[in-house]
Amino acid sequence: MKNIFSSRCGIIIVGGLVGIIAALLQYFGNPANMGICVACFERDIAGALGLHRAAVVQYLRPEIMGFVLGAFVAAFLAGEYKPRGGSSPLIRFFLGMFAMIGALVFLGCPWRALLRLAGGDGNAIIGILGLIAGIFIGIQFLKRGFSLGRAYAQAKASGWIMPAFMLALFLLLVFKVQFAEGGPIFFSEKGPGSQYAPIFVSLVAGLVIGTLAQRSRFCTMGAFRDVMLTKDFHLISGVASLLVFAFVLNFILGQFNPGFAGQPVAHTNHLWNFLGMALAGLAFALAGGCPGRQLFLSGEGDADAGVFVVGMIVGAGFAHNFALASSPQGTTAFGPIAVVIGLVFCLVIGFSMLQRAK
Amino acid sequence: MIEVDVKGLSCPIPVVKTKQAMENNPKDTISVLIDSNVSRENVTRLAESKKYSVNSQQAAGEECKLILTPPA
Repeated sequence: MKNIFSSRCGIIIVGGLVGIIAALLQYFGNPANMGICVACFERDIAGALGLHRAAVVQYLRPEIMGFVLGAFVAAFLAGEYKPRGGSSPLIRFFLGMFAMIGALVFLGCPWRALLRLAGGDGNAIIGILGLIAGIFIGIQFLKRGFSLGRAYAQAKASGWIMPAFMLALFLLLVFKVQFAEGGPIFFSEKGPGSQYAPIFVSLVAGLVIGTLAQRSRFCTMGAFRDVMLTKDFHLISGVASLLVFAFVLNFILGQFNPGFAGQPVAHTNHLWNFLGMALAGLAFALAGGCPGRQLFLSGEGDADAGVFVVGMIVGAGFAHNFALASSPQGTTAFGPIAVVIGLVFCLVIGFSMLQRAK
Repeated sequence: MIEVDVKGLSCPIPVVKTKQAMENNPKDTISVLIDSNVSRENVTRLAESKKYSVNSQQAAGEECKLILTPPA
């Protein structure tokens, strides 16, 4: 059966819908220029679970749950649900951790970098350039035979874990469970974590995007990679569509405010905006997908992608507990050091996993 | 015929390996053993962009074999 969503037209429609939904989610209550941000939202989930105690970024984001569950249902209906795993899981866990740290030094994943740009935040340009630089380095490894190895079929139950985990998070959100006095689950009372669209709106948005992205293979990292690696403009046309539609809708809704200084949940340290996203881009390139794509793959039953997602959530815990994550005031003392350590880690993994190209 | 086995390899390794096989053996027919729809779509898109003709054969189970024939 021909998959219409994976056609050029399909990916442009999906990218456009993601852009429109993201701008609407902001309109309905999500933080500014953060209609969707996989890194930020996983960080909020980490906070809600008490893995970090940054009081302003704690919320169980239904969009993330919708991404995984939507992809799960879509894959199941399309006969693509296939539990698989075993391709260097521990390396993927640490790539996820460092990707998150890089993203939180910049303050956004590739999706949010695009949405920040569509909202007029000039700092996003520096971040996207960093992302491209990181992906470019990743491509050099890919061209020289880098691979995390083969995945193999796994027990059926292994593929249910991530969807079940997301369902559990959703129940915790709906019932606002308190495990101790003032204890987890935490919900921010001020700051970005306190800004959210109605649960139902967020969940449906996540489910729609999860479904469409699973069918279309939408991936922001893959978009830039494919242009540089094989001159394939398929995925990038979806990314361009996201940017254009989010921009137009932001403009209509009065959410477009051009400039560098004083942008929402952003800072103006160009060097670390660049290098933070370079780290994230390199880690995504080595792991084979942007954070959104990792969520969709985990819904399809890809345990390795699931491990990457869990690595990102744990990485968010470290990022805030160790004062690595930036804030609108700028980077912290330790964030840049962690970015350098992350880059070294990625380079070591890159060089050590080259297989002779046949 | 050049054989490339990309079973179990995740994006973009199947495309990279196929592309390398094409560059190293520009005149040869390439057979790519695949076990996921994503890889099939990606390898097909690469082959079509390089003007190869693509022929899909069902192999054992969920696996399939793409026969890529270079332009004459």
